[in-house]
Amino acid sequence: MDEFEPQIIAFTCNWCTYAAADLAGTSRIHYPANVRIVRVMCSSMVSPMYVLKAFEGGADGVIVAGCNYADCHYIDGPVKCDAMFSRLKRIVHMLGLEDERLRRELISTSEGVIFAQVIREMVEQLKKLGPSPFKTKMEAPV
Amino acid sequence: MNLDDIIQETKTYYCFECGKCTSICPVARYDPSFSPRALIEDALLGFEDELVFNQKLFSCLTCYTCQQRCPCDVDFPMFIRKARVIAQDNGQHGTYAHAGQLQSLARLMASPHIKQRRLEWLSDKYRISDESDILFWVGCAPYFEPIFEDIEFRALDITEASLRVLNSLGIEPKLLSDEKCCGHDALWTGDVETFRKLAEHNATQIREAGVKKIVFSCPEGYRTLKQDYPNYGFRLDCELQHISEFVAERIEKDGLKFKETRRKVTYQDPCRLGRHLGIYDAPRKVLGSIPGIELVEMEHSREDAICCGTSAFTNCDTYSNMIRAERLAEAKATGAETLITCCPKCQTHFRCAMVDKGEAKRPIPQIEVMDLASLVASAVGD
Repeated sequence: MDEFEPQIIAFTCNWCTYAAADLAGTSRIHYPANVRIVRVMCSSMVSPMYVLKAFEGGADGVIVAGCNYADCHYIDGPVKCDAMFSRLKRIVHMLGLEDERLRRELISTSEGVIFAQVIREMVEQLKKLGPSPFKTKMEAPV
Repeated sequence: MNLDDIIQETKTYYCFECGKCTSICPVARYDPSFSPRALIEDALLGFEDELVFNQKLFSCLTCYTCQQRCPCDVDFPMFIRKARVIAQDNGQHGTYAHAGQLQSLARLMASPHIKQRRLEWLSDKYRISDESDILFWVGCAPYFEPIFEDIEFRALDITEASLRVLNSLGIEPKLLSDEKCCGHDALWTGDVETFRKLAEHNATQIREAGVKKIVFSCPEGYRTLKQDYPNYGFRLDCELQHISEFVAERIEKDGLKFKETRRKVTYQDPCRLGRHLGIYDAPRKVLGSIPGIELVEMEHSREDAICCGTSAFTNCDTYSNMIRAERLAEAKATGAETLITCCPKCQTHFRCAMVDKGEAKRPIPQIEVMDLASLVASAVGD
């Protein structure tokens, strides 16, 4: 029998976390292939809707990742993202999802190792949790 | 369902194009490209694509003002609701406000496997009982809480106030821990599939709870459970009442008394409670029986009340804001300090308009907006 492979959607900021994911690749750091990266210009542009839509589409986990507070290309992106995220977290919690399914990460450009580690950790957690309760009709074509 | 069936069902063929609907329509007053009469004409001439792919199809507030005036008794809001089903089938859904979060939430809630944690806000201050035969419908309030934080609207204030009122009347209501969205917005935007899933779940939960009465603080939930659930074949087997009706009944039967609360108020009739269900007097009776409350009516009230400008969180645009500004100006013109409404969504929309201060030339009038339940709760006091 096939082992459950969780699907993770990661919204990564163009300037830091996306570059970190790139660095993880060029540095040949191994991490599970369960993550689909969506590049956004800034973590603060991630609307709660993107995340809800990801869950609606059958994602087992979602990561919203961007620059550290001092590194933001647009001065206060992470602060705005945090404000959005705390509200989103409450909605997702109310819907009955486990807290581990939604993560906020601050990963800088040089931290390819950390990016890989976060993905590894999350895949492990999600494998324990099993598929998301919203996974019904989807199974998107690969 | 095709367009012909809709025309038959809503008696649209009676339309003789007098245009009263368009002249009274709050949207058409500001948006020259929106015309109920023209939409009906498209349907009657068989221009299905022009109707279905018209983005303005989702601008209708379904506020039932037009139906009040129609000499031919055409059920225009119902016509719109059914035409939207065809539109949804064709991938049209209008422009969602708040990036579509609320629609997404309804679809997510429709999933059968979830276990919500929707009552975590509940504190020991409120007495609830699982044995009670009166159920209080919480609705979307817990979800509105984080979404509308930025416009300083706390939807749970209304819920908490309602519980305080019920408690002070000696009632310990039952709350459903796995209640879902009533499906109002899904139904009115043409997403019948989601509505059915939600309605089935809720109707089963309510029947299993075995209650005799459900009390609502939200007119949309009230309307949906009262009229749409039975129409779609979901039995509830109990009596439904809005909190204003419930309190008005207590005033009449038990001579309920309130403590004095000095305030000059005006009342906004929510379209779902007023024109949809014909409840105009109960909230006024409640307001009238609180000593010290002076109720002044706005220029347009009761059947003529102007809608708050957006319905089902769809197609909220500049015109919606203009409708709100007009309504807020009317409220301000009465000289009242507070605008009382019974609908959490009216409050959301008015507050949202007031946060956006408008242009310097046409500033949005500022007035305190409050739910009837909150006012009553402060008058029962402890």
